[in-house]
Amino acid sequence: MVIKTEPFVVNIGPVHPSTHGVFRMRTTLDGEVVVDMEPVFGYLHRGIEKLAEERTYTGCIPLTDRLDYLASMTNNFAYVLAVEKLARIPVPERAEYIRVIMAELQRIASHLIAVGAFLNDCGAFMTPIVYMIREREKILDLFEMACGQRLTYNYMRVGGVSQDVPEEFVPALSKFLKVMPGWIDEYDQLLKENEILLARAKGVGILPKELAINIAASGPVLRASGVKWDIRRADPYSIYDRFEFDIPTGSVGDCYDRYRVRVEEMRQSVRILKQALKDLPEGEVRSDVPHRLHPPVGEAYAHIEAPRGELGFYLVSDGSIAPYRFHVRAPTLINLTALRDMMVGWKVADLIIIFGSIDICMAEVDR
Amino acid sequence: MAMQMLPPDWPGGFWAHWAVFVVIIFVFVLGVMMVALWFERRAMAIMQARLGPNRTGPFGLLQPVADAIKLLLKEDIVPAKGDKLVHWLAPVVVVAPVLMLFAVVPFQGGAILADLNIGILYIVAISSVATVGIFMAGWASNNKYSLLGAMRLVASVVSYEIPVVLSIIGVVLLAGSLSMQQIVLAQDIPFILLQPLGFLLFFIGALAEINRAPFDLMEADSEIVAGFHTEYSGIKWSLFFLGEYGEALAVSAIVTTLFLGGWRGPVLPPWLWFLAKVGLVFFVMVWIRTTVPRVRIDQLMALAWKFLFPLALLNLLITAVEILVWPAVSPWVMVAVNIAIMFFLVLLWSKLFKLGWGRVEV
Amino acid sequence: MKFERYGIGIAKGLSVTLRHLLRRPVTTQYPEQRLVTSRRIRGNELIWDKNKCTGCATCAKTCPQGVIHIVTSASAEENKYLVEKFEVDTGYCIFCGLCVEACPFDALFMGYAYERARYRRGELVQDKEMMTETPDSEVSGYFHPERAAKLPRQTLLIDRAKVKG
Repeated sequence: MVIKTEPFVVNIGPVHPSTHGVFRMRTTLDGEVVVDMEPVFGYLHRGIEKLAEERTYTGCIPLTDRLDYLASMTNNFAYVLAVEKLARIPVPERAEYIRVIMAELQRIASHLIAVGAFLNDCGAFMTPIVYMIREREKILDLFEMACGQRLTYNYMRVGGVSQDVPEEFVPALSKFLKVMPGWIDEYDQLLKENEILLARAKGVGILPKELAINIAASGPVLRASGVKWDIRRADPYSIYDRFEFDIPTGSVGDCYDRYRVRVEEMRQSVRILKQALKDLPEGEVRSDVPHRLHPPVGEAYAHIEAPRGELGFYLVSDGSIAPYRFHVRAPTLINLTALRDMMVGWKVADLIIIFGSIDICMAEVDR
Repeated sequence: MAMQMLPPDWPGGFWAHWAVFVVIIFVFVLGVMMVALWFERRAMAIMQARLGPNRTGPFGLLQPVADAIKLLLKEDIVPAKGDKLVHWLAPVVVVAPVLMLFAVVPFQGGAILADLNIGILYIVAISSVATVGIFMAGWASNNKYSLLGAMRLVASVVSYEIPVVLSIIGVVLLAGSLSMQQIVLAQDIPFILLQPLGFLLFFIGALAEINRAPFDLMEADSEIVAGFHTEYSGIKWSLFFLGEYGEALAVSAIVTTLFLGGWRGPVLPPWLWFLAKVGLVFFVMVWIRTTVPRVRIDQLMALAWKFLFPLALLNLLITAVEILVWPAVSPWVMVAVNIAIMFFLVLLWSKLFKLGWGRVEV
Repeated sequence: MKFERYGIGIAKGLSVTLRHLLRRPVTTQYPEQRLVTSRRIRGNELIWDKNKCTGCATCAKTCPQGVIHIVTSASAEENKYLVEKFEVDTGYCIFCGLCVEACPFDALFMGYAYERARYRRGELVQDKEMMTETPDSEVSGYFHPERAAKLPRQTLLIDRAKVKG
């Protein structure tokens, strides 16, 4: 006897405990299996690109904080690199080192949330995310010491950073670097070889290498599929060519590989931080740049390796104090285009895990 | 099957004995369940490096009372198109068997409501009735997803009954009787040492039956199927909640009786030993819940049929062979042999166990 | 033969969770216990030094949101305007600190307090009198190192960790 079934359409989101932000997935399900999936986003659009056209170049920096709010330092970094490229402004040495320290600390903090949220979606009932938020608190304390805020820093300026780090920053940072590898090892012990996690995440949601390159994916999503591409090596910006670090890559491109790539990147960031802290020179931290900057007419594009991928800013200037066009190349938006191919054929329970492993921040997707 | 006679020195006769024990069971279940709720929240919180509830009452001890009062005061919503009688009956059908389970659990030597000589069979039978209640709840909600969730749950509970029952038979073979009191009295060495594989199978199977810890798909809030108790609110939902924690306590009590030696222990009074052992088993359940992620539904079924069921059959075979072949050998030799066999079988089976069900081509 | 999935991963995870039973929880029970914030915190209000301000309105021109409203008139002193209205709408402010950074006369400070919730939006607008420095509204050391030195040290979570060697 043949049972007649027909697929039905289910809306997951926009308000859902596991979508990281407001994101809607119109899935067509045939029993438990996902047959088709259509992502609908745009719920968090705030018009940042238009707002930037009415603010000075320095006044746009608080706007860039709010793009990917879990990694504000790297957003600031990419933007000021674009403005400095446009206006050809030099940056002092100490400022370069402080920028690298802040960017790598931000990478660790963002990956902690990414890994914690992924493990939380797998069902481990909040334990991993609570542990990782505890480590993130230590990093946020350091940021608060330097610039006064814990989430939207507004720290980098065109031509350097806004102010020098206080003198208790360096001892606190070295203490943090001594104990952080031990904590990463403890989290590995907690869940890396857990059989249930392996059964749920290994082989699930594979992104093949050719597809990843074709859709211009970047960041840990690309590296987990086997492509060894990191902008810090391929197109070095700031002073990254002075540091030694490895680029962790996965082999298969499933959810487990993305999780492992992020954990290994945290270890490599600790390595970079140790080198940067050792070589930190003295000096001033800010070039003399007026607040109302008049860059020459032209355009510039600067990209960096943000925790979620390649974050780029494209600026067009017409000589006035506000940018004529301000465009953000959001890495998560580009990575999202592969979501349908990753999800088709899997079950509903895997949908949530695959979505969590790409590490989406909807504020960046919708701008 | 005649009921066992109660001890001749009980004053007041049969009905006084019954009344006292019914009161004790209600107080025990509800009281210890409140403490278990509090304990779970505090223990899980400290294992997550945070504090649990500590504001309501000293150390947060009145938190379950506050939760209960809040739930009692909520509006009782009944779905308009659902089957009203079934909707109303379902929580009752889920909770009543849980309370009935405690009737045959020995709190102390001689302190038991009804010392049936089919004790463990009664437990297996009654605990299956709760499944019917869950299916009634899913059906009466008039909600496609509740029905799917309830069907999933029924399928998983039925699949896990088999390893559980087979491992119980191993214990019964060793004790020589189905009566719970006799099983406790037969444990000169706790059966966890003599039946390590049986203990493991029973524990995993029981965790799956009560929908806790790694098998709590139905309460997962990261799945779209929100479970059979979506359409319940207020006191009916609190009855489901009570049923879940009551089942957890009942399973702890059964594990204590069957495998850990019940109320036997050297120095302290027996009921204190019983409570301590139940607390220990419950702590292990909370500990597992804090650490381990959730399995998927098809992995759940694969685990039951391909991993636990063959191992349960092998366990039964080996126990039967041991009892036949070595009746006069010292039990400690059997302990060593059984532990070695358990390690060997678990390692061998995990090598051969394939999960299957990868991606489906559409 | 390599064995996988025989339960040792779960056992390792369980040992980590068990170890946490012996550690002190990291919760700070607000409002009885409070953490000391950073010296440079960009707190929830703006504080104004009336004597140093000359009414140049650089802060108002710098603000990306445009929340500072200044009305001045000519004054008898030289190099200074008479500031008639200096109003900050704290409800629209994003606390970026660019105004403090831009003031050429060091007359503007960020607040140190962070508990300034109000019931109505209208109460969030600060006028001239509400922006003076009082013992209730302290100033923070953001871009003012001489004031930062007087503030207490920040509580760091990393201070609780024990470092070996």
